[in-house]
Amino acid sequence: MKIKDTLENYAFVLPALTIFTIFYIIPFLWVFWLGMFDWDGILPTKIFVGFDNFKEIFTLDKIWWHSMLNAGYITLIALTFQNALAFLLAWACDREIRMKNFYRLIFFIPPVLSEVVVGLVWQWILDGNYGILNSWLAHFGFQNLARNWLSDPQTALTAVALVHSWKGFGWGFLIFLAGLQTIPRELYEAARVDGANAWHSFKNITAPLMIPVAVLVAILTVLGTMQAFVLIIAMTDGGPAYHTQVPVLRILASMRGSSRFGYACAQGITFGAILVIISFIQYRFSKKARQA
Amino acid sequence: MLIHLFLILVAITCLFPLFWMVSSSLKTQETIFKDMSVFPHEFHFENYYLAWKEGGFGRYFLNSIFYTVTVVLGIVIVSSLAAYAFSRLKFPGRNLLFYIFMAAMMIPIPGSFVALYVLLNKLHLRNTPVGYILCMISVGLSTSIYLLKTFFDKMPQELEDTARIDGCSKIGLWWHIALPLAKPVLAVVVVFNALNIWNEYILALIIFDSRKLMPLQVALKSFQGEFVTNYPLLMAGLTITALPIIIIYLLMQKYIVKGVTAGAIAG
Repeated sequence: MKIKDTLENYAFVLPALTIFTIFYIIPFLWVFWLGMFDWDGILPTKIFVGFDNFKEIFTLDKIWWHSMLNAGYITLIALTFQNALAFLLAWACDREIRMKNFYRLIFFIPPVLSEVVVGLVWQWILDGNYGILNSWLAHFGFQNLARNWLSDPQTALTAVALVHSWKGFGWGFLIFLAGLQTIPRELYEAARVDGANAWHSFKNITAPLMIPVAVLVAILTVLGTMQAFVLIIAMTDGGPAYHTQVPVLRILASMRGSSRFGYACAQGITFGAILVIISFIQYRFSKKARQA
Repeated sequence: MLIHLFLILVAITCLFPLFWMVSSSLKTQETIFKDMSVFPHEFHFENYYLAWKEGGFGRYFLNSIFYTVTVVLGIVIVSSLAAYAFSRLKFPGRNLLFYIFMAAMMIPIPGSFVALYVLLNKLHLRNTPVGYILCMISVGLSTSIYLLKTFFDKMPQELEDTARIDGCSKIGLWWHIALPLAKPVLAVVVVFNALNIWNEYILALIIFDSRKLMPLQVALKSFQGEFVTNYPLLMAGLTITALPIIIIYLLMQKYIVKGVTAGAIAG
């Protein structure tokens, strides 16, 4: 009786468990295994190379680390420009009750669009010859500021980073707004009665209460932005001359371009490990900040 | 006030690219490279017909719809069954299994698509709709199970207790009581997953070789490579791809906002 009961209960989770095991857990574990082989993905025989793939990543693969720096740059822009913008907008909307829902609606449109759509539209806007940005710059007399935004090695990565921020700030905005709205209004009232001005209110009430939210947004931003790549495929495909390459694109290139499946897995493991370490550091840092 | 100006400026920046996309889609190949007017002088709606028929976007659109509907259906059934069990049923290893699902949400494994590709090859599921659908169901499980279990945990037990006394089976409890009560959360699960599946790119890219199986996102990008000169058609294709998402977003916006803010406050 009891066994039949338990088996019935297992049946409820069986579909989820089966699909999850086959299509998530097994590939997850397999990546670690494949990372130690030299394999083109087709031949039935793989060559065991131990940690050679990892050695190659750390000693020979300059493009890999260049791509890591690029991802870091985009993440930096996201942590500073994108999240500062998101917070400012959330703070503005928190005070401005009237049109709040309207702005919330608009600001979350970029995040729900696909990276391909966003990338291709902005590629068209930023086109060096026919894009509307350069056309407007010329129209207003700033001709000398016009650039080949996505093919100029000096501007390509920043252009991509800014478009990424355009697409992404809506997330931070929503989360910051939700956080701001949990702060009881009475605190602000009491502070005002005591003679505090806007800056004091912010420094002593808003900021301390928002630190956990800010930490969460920061961790999510780092994890998400470091792994971004579809937007870059849509805008520049990693060019010009590797100036917008990012780690996941490199993994894709190892797999599809050079047909080095084992190496691609090793890159994935390396990248995953780095992300875990960064998240851990962020988390510890945030604990210290919270105690301060 | 200055704040209003700031907010409106940002709002315009959000909307203008979409506006420009539609505006460009209504121009012709001859004029689009010189005509920088925000409102097109002539409205060439035939670009949409051309994109649909000659550009093949009709086919890709139907593919996207098919994948989105089947995967969402699969996720709703599979995750609600599992979430109900995690919340209401007892079996050994229940907590451990739940934590494994949750851990998957947080551990980043970039490049797992490499092993997924190999696996699908071995199962002869690569370049098949079934392979893609099963992969996408797997991707959406953790979050959906979390959302539903959290809801079921808060659901009062009285209705189920009464029904059980009346002889209702476990699956009956799930179907007749849990699911109807969970409609608001199910709405979030449906909308969230629909968005992700419609916008998905990487798995579709590596799984599908055949053009006729490809969803919109992948087709768009390769369309851009082939038809690199015909921008009005490309813009029409982009609009066709973005429009359903925008419509669903405008209609279901409060569910999306609820999902995101609930997750954040919980985190």
